[in-house]
Amino acid sequence: MSPRRTETGGRIDRLRTIRFTFDGAAYTGHAGDTLASALLANGVTLFGRSFKYHRPRGLLAAGVEEPNALVTMLRGEVREPNIPATMVEIYDGLVAVSQNRTPSLAWDIGALNQLGGKLLSAGFYYKTFMGPVIGPLKGTRFWMFCEHFIRRAAGLGKAGTAPDPARYERMNAFCDVLVVGSGPAGLMAAKAAADQGVRVILADLEAHFGGSANWSGEIIDGMPAADWAQRAVGQLEGNDNVRLLPRTTVWGYYDGNTLAALERVTDHKETPAKGEPRQRYWAIRAGTVVLATGSFERPLVFPGNDRPGVMLAHAAERYAVEYGVLPGQRIALFTNNDSAYRSAVALKKAGATIVAIIDVRADISNDMRRLAGEAEAELLDGHAVVATEGGKALTGLKVQRFDAMSGALSGDERSIHADSLLMSGGWSPTIHLASQAGAKAEWDPARQAFLPPKPTQRWLGAGAFTGSFSTAEAIAEGRAAGVSAAGGTAAPAALPTVEAAPGDPDPAPVFEIKAKGKSFVDFQHDVTAEDVRLAHREGFISVEHLKRYTTLGMATDQGKNSNVPGLAIMAEALGKPIPEVGTTRFRPPYTAVSIGSLAAERFGDLKPERLTPMHDWHIANGATMYSAGLWYRPMIYGLPGETVEQAYVREAKATRESAGIVDVSTLGKIAVQGPDAAEFLDRVYTNMFSTLAVGKARYGLMLREDGLAFDDGTTWRLGEQEFLMTTTTANAGKVMQHLEYFLDVIWPELKVTVTSVTDEWAGAAIGGPNARAILASCVTGTAVDNAALPFMGIVHGRIAGVPVMICRLSFSGEMAFEVYSGAGYGTHVWEALIEAGKPFGLVTYGLEALGTMRIEKGHVTGAEIDGRTTARDLHLDWMLSKKKPFIGSAMMDREGLIAPDRLELVGLIALDNRPLNGGGHIVEELDEANPHDSLGHITACCYSPALGKYIALALVKSGKARQGTRAFVSDPLRNRFGPVEIVSNHFYDPDGSRMHG
Amino acid sequence: MLITCPYCGPRDVIEFTYQGDGNRQRPQPASQNLDAWNAYVYDRLNPAGDHNEIWQHSGGCRAHLRVVRNTVTHEILSTEFARGGHKTESRS
Repeated sequence: MSPRRTETGGRIDRLRTIRFTFDGAAYTGHAGDTLASALLANGVTLFGRSFKYHRPRGLLAAGVEEPNALVTMLRGEVREPNIPATMVEIYDGLVAVSQNRTPSLAWDIGALNQLGGKLLSAGFYYKTFMGPVIGPLKGTRFWMFCEHFIRRAAGLGKAGTAPDPARYERMNAFCDVLVVGSGPAGLMAAKAAADQGVRVILADLEAHFGGSANWSGEIIDGMPAADWAQRAVGQLEGNDNVRLLPRTTVWGYYDGNTLAALERVTDHKETPAKGEPRQRYWAIRAGTVVLATGSFERPLVFPGNDRPGVMLAHAAERYAVEYGVLPGQRIALFTNNDSAYRSAVALKKAGATIVAIIDVRADISNDMRRLAGEAEAELLDGHAVVATEGGKALTGLKVQRFDAMSGALSGDERSIHADSLLMSGGWSPTIHLASQAGAKAEWDPARQAFLPPKPTQRWLGAGAFTGSFSTAEAIAEGRAAGVSAAGGTAAPAALPTVEAAPGDPDPAPVFEIKAKGKSFVDFQHDVTAEDVRLAHREGFISVEHLKRYTTLGMATDQGKNSNVPGLAIMAEALGKPIPEVGTTRFRPPYTAVSIGSLAAERFGDLKPERLTPMHDWHIANGATMYSAGLWYRPMIYGLPGETVEQAYVREAKATRESAGIVDVSTLGKIAVQGPDAAEFLDRVYTNMFSTLAVGKARYGLMLREDGLAFDDGTTWRLGEQEFLMTTTTANAGKVMQHLEYFLDVIWPELKVTVTSVTDEWAGAAIGGPNARAILASCVTGTAVDNAALPFMGIVHGRIAGVPVMICRLSFSGEMAFEVYSGAGYGTHVWEALIEAGKPFGLVTYGLEALGTMRIEKGHVTGAEIDGRTTARDLHLDWMLSKKKPFIGSAMMDREGLIAPDRLELVGLIALDNRPLNGGGHIVEELDEANPHDSLGHITACCYSPALGKYIALALVKSGKARQGTRAFVSDPLRNRFGPVEIVSNHFYDPDGSRMHG
Repeated sequence: MLITCPYCGPRDVIEFTYQGDGNRQRPQPASQNLDAWNAYVYDRLNPAGDHNEIWQHSGGCRAHLRVVRNTVTHEILSTEFARGGHKTESRS
């Protein structure tokens, strides 16, 4: 038996032992334990080291608000830092490690920071490191020197570098009523709404529904509250219109009642079931939301309140009742309100000795005196804790007389021996989601808490969330909210009865005990009460500035414990009431959200892929695939032992010597049809299309409205009113949207429809001196000679029985043809072409050879049409019609777009015969140590088999005028420097005699 | 945010693509008035309140909608086809 485990009680399964490790040591726990409860049961008190001072820290809470016990979870090589141990369900083989300590949790070098505590107060970094550089180690330069060491010493867990193999999913859900929180209020709301027959989702961030019912020890409907909750969950489970989402944190409340939630599907499992994601991101659109998110108990601020062994009162109650673990044997409680008395009784029942209840109030009700008696605790009314003792675990505390009105301490200090000190500073409703949804929270002086704002969206509140802290109120409000959210009217049926300990929900307005020593407000960011006052003395009067200067509430827990005490201390310093100081608005996410869940299907095996009809053939025939956007295209068809360069040089050379074939199915294809199709194309292209004859194609260029180049491609006139437009692969979607916008919004009078047909056609481009002979040997139904199929001509025929459309156009610069067939017959036609090409030595080539041949020809692609270049920059001004206006024509002649020093397209030849790199800069003077004055940059480069040289395309300032001159490539990143010659971008066959044949 | 497409009904904003300020006036195609072109291409209203916007139902019927949206509350006040017609008012 573990030293702190109770004999009975709790919902853990004592028959099932779970083995796990923490910081390399093996431990056991029981099924149902969290990492926190299991370690606590093993007598572990030290869970982490604090952010700045490296102070030893133990468990403060039992739930999601835990600021101290953050651990890094390890799964293989993958590490996930900053997870509250209170939220980790243990499983066999779990591995967790503590954080922010060197070399170990017990012996931490960084704890020396405590000696220099004054130095590390609020604004330490600004004061020490910012400002003018006076000496060699002053100001910002000093920061740059120290940053590395400070970043190592201060902080939380370290992120891993291994890729995350886990799968994440996204789910869209719709419901009439979303209930957030499954305590008595949430369960009643879900049940009431479900009974009205509407679609209900119930989400709770804990593994087990029930909320406070799981540990309150109250009696509901004559049965223990935990049993009542399980019965209610059982009733909900049977309903078709109810979806239950345990382990699901609703973390964002957005416009239109859209909420974001994270379901931790398999984080608690040793191995996920087949197909199960690790986490699931839910986008929930709810008719009405019932916020039953409960409340957080607040710590009290007093010297030594962060020592391991000091815990929130309800957390201890929860560990004892829900997990069967006592946080200590000799327990003292320190409170400003009635709720701690119930905790004392519960812990007494669980077997602990309650040595004292220290209450800041002098006036204690008879009910509370009776509870103190029941706990057999000494009641020290009108007292406060002024110090705690012990090292890595609490050994005792000191108390003094305290006047709650003035905050004054008096009398002698008295020592109390205790191994656990539980504190309760009142309760703050968990209003985060309501705050995210809109309006500002309102301060309630009686509850000493911010209560939820007036709804600006369709939500209703119930239970502790609204400041109604009793279970009876929660049940009544929950049912009313559920009925109302479902659009029903309240049934007169009796509400469940509740037997609960008495208690006044209003605490004394005491947040801090001012005595000597560090009193922590924000445990996770190590912000003390003195830091808050220091910020005030230095002139920070706005709560928003206070937050940023002290970093109060900016840690991973986002101030769940520290928000209200911090404000109260600030308000006191300012001499203003709390509502005048105001509160900061809560923003999503409520708790940390994994990036993986947000990326979801955009990565991994759920990511969509676009494959051409011939994809499998490419794979089967040795292609190395390359991903271009969502598309996969062959990069090379390498032979055994070939490098990439050897492969593409072979492919390009063979194409120019005989023939090559490439899959061009990825090109964007848009059918432009209608009586006004030709007129429309005249408006969107810079050149004329209305004059194009049926059965002919033309190369076209589009500009954007601002006059810069947008996209290029060929458009084929298939009929008087029918065109087939092709676009670059990357811009297919953008061009489609551009055309649709103009037709729908600007020129609705044009009778034209545009249809994306990219996926309807398979395309193969076959080029080279023997390309025509190959086609002639396999095409039936049409001739392909110069007369029947001139340059830019289109014919219809058949290959292997399948109808094809052939257009004679060339990207490679060779005599070339694009053969289009229905996508379903793509491989059939491709294979027929391959077969026909065998006698001619036809090669398949990939993107690398395609790129090489286009660089040799000086054609532009997206690397040159980069959104900053004009038609003139690319020497395409011959395509700018003067006979008609077109999109971009009015703006393209603006001063800056026709300036003589613009970057213009040129060719480069490496004079040192070494490869060039994309992105390398071109300079007039080579200065390797201090590169300067870039003339432009390389956009594409290759080894040219046609020239036998390393060449490139580049955008160079006044490039046209520089042709024939020398310059240098300067690429310090890759240490590539050397002389180049600037030449025309048309390296190969500049007059086009090869493609015209 | 929900946008009511006259064809498809109320749909999540994720299905739509924002296509800019709906107040822009494109000059006549042959116009050489650079100031007017400049205003059309670059000037955008940025009101805190009701704004006339063009949205494309790109994940649906691909129609362009003229949407009046409150930029402060994200409330959609009306939607209609950008070509005109089928206006739906939604402010209650």
